[in-house]
Amino acid sequence: MLRLDCLRSVYEELADCLVVTIMGAVAAELQSLGHRPNFFYLQHAMGLASSTGLGLALCLPEERVIVFDGDGSLLMNLGSLTTMGRYRPKNLTHVVFDNESLLSVGGFPTATSTGTDLEGIARSAGIPRVVTVHDVEKFSDTVREAAKSKELTTIIAKVKATGPSGYVTDLTLLENRFQFRRYIQSMKKDQRIH
Amino acid sequence: MPVSVANSKLIYEALKECDIRLVSALPETWLVHLIRMTDEDPDMTLVRLAKEEEAVGISAGAHFAGVKSAMLMQNHGLLAAINGIVSFAHLYKIPLLMLISYRGSFGEKDPWQTQGGNVTEPVLRALRIPYFPLDRVEALKKRIRDAQTLAESSLQPVAILLKRDLMWEE
Repeated sequence: MLRLDCLRSVYEELADCLVVTIMGAVAAELQSLGHRPNFFYLQHAMGLASSTGLGLALCLPEERVIVFDGDGSLLMNLGSLTTMGRYRPKNLTHVVFDNESLLSVGGFPTATSTGTDLEGIARSAGIPRVVTVHDVEKFSDTVREAAKSKELTTIIAKVKATGPSGYVTDLTLLENRFQFRRYIQSMKKDQRIH
Repeated sequence: MPVSVANSKLIYEALKECDIRLVSALPETWLVHLIRMTDEDPDMTLVRLAKEEEAVGISAGAHFAGVKSAMLMQNHGLLAAINGIVSFAHLYKIPLLMLISYRGSFGEKDPWQTQGGNVTEPVLRALRIPYFPLDRVEALKKRIRDAQTLAESSLQPVAILLKRDLMWEE
């Protein structure tokens, strides 16, 4: 299963979500499908994409928040699973693309390549719904079910350790950050008017 | 426990007057009353963390959502949050209001706190984080409000160091 195919399979429904991604291949591949103002790419601070999604989900309980995390990033902040598991925001979906490696630094194998079970860790940390998927159809179904379930869901998507040739795009970090915040503030303003 | 309830209350009131609506925290002796007051306030969201670096992401999410937030941590928690501060808050210009208990300085009796006390201010200076050591109640609310004003206008982390003379009653 390719991460790009997973992203493509849910790309349309991301239009209605607030999306936070980790750095590297995930950010570059999502942008290759077409950037939207409701996408924020955390191009460093590995591990904090899930924390950012948690902050958004707690502050905006009416909005759906999707985090596209990775095994390398999540392993740097496993405590985040326990914090998410404590507050369990119903509007948060946490996708972990597990390619068993730190791809963007040359493919250094992570602990999921030697048996660490992220699904088990997430479940034991208190995440109420945890699903592991191996094919694209199941991936997109699971993302949709997560929205319907109204429960915090972590989806471990086992993907191949391949990605784009480069990671730098023409969207600058600050441009993305200010656009993302402005999008949310405009959305809140519109909701007050309607 | 000789942590000052009265001064904790003043600090908490200052946060409320700054329109802070989310506080992320890790327990530490000097912060127990502040964390309890946050927890008991139905208008405040308390996020109990596993590690302080998470607070950078949570406060960034809150900022994007238009919610003002604060971080309560020990100075050792600041040390644990440095990468998040540099590669998220500084890189993306995220305002952070950090209230940091200044353990390990003059009068510290716990040996395990002492090394953190040595490096707290040098680390803040190295990170170019504006900070103010708060050791008395005079102008306390103004100091906290001023810190938040600077964080919001400069879009960067700003720290208030909560010192022993303020937090601890011998």
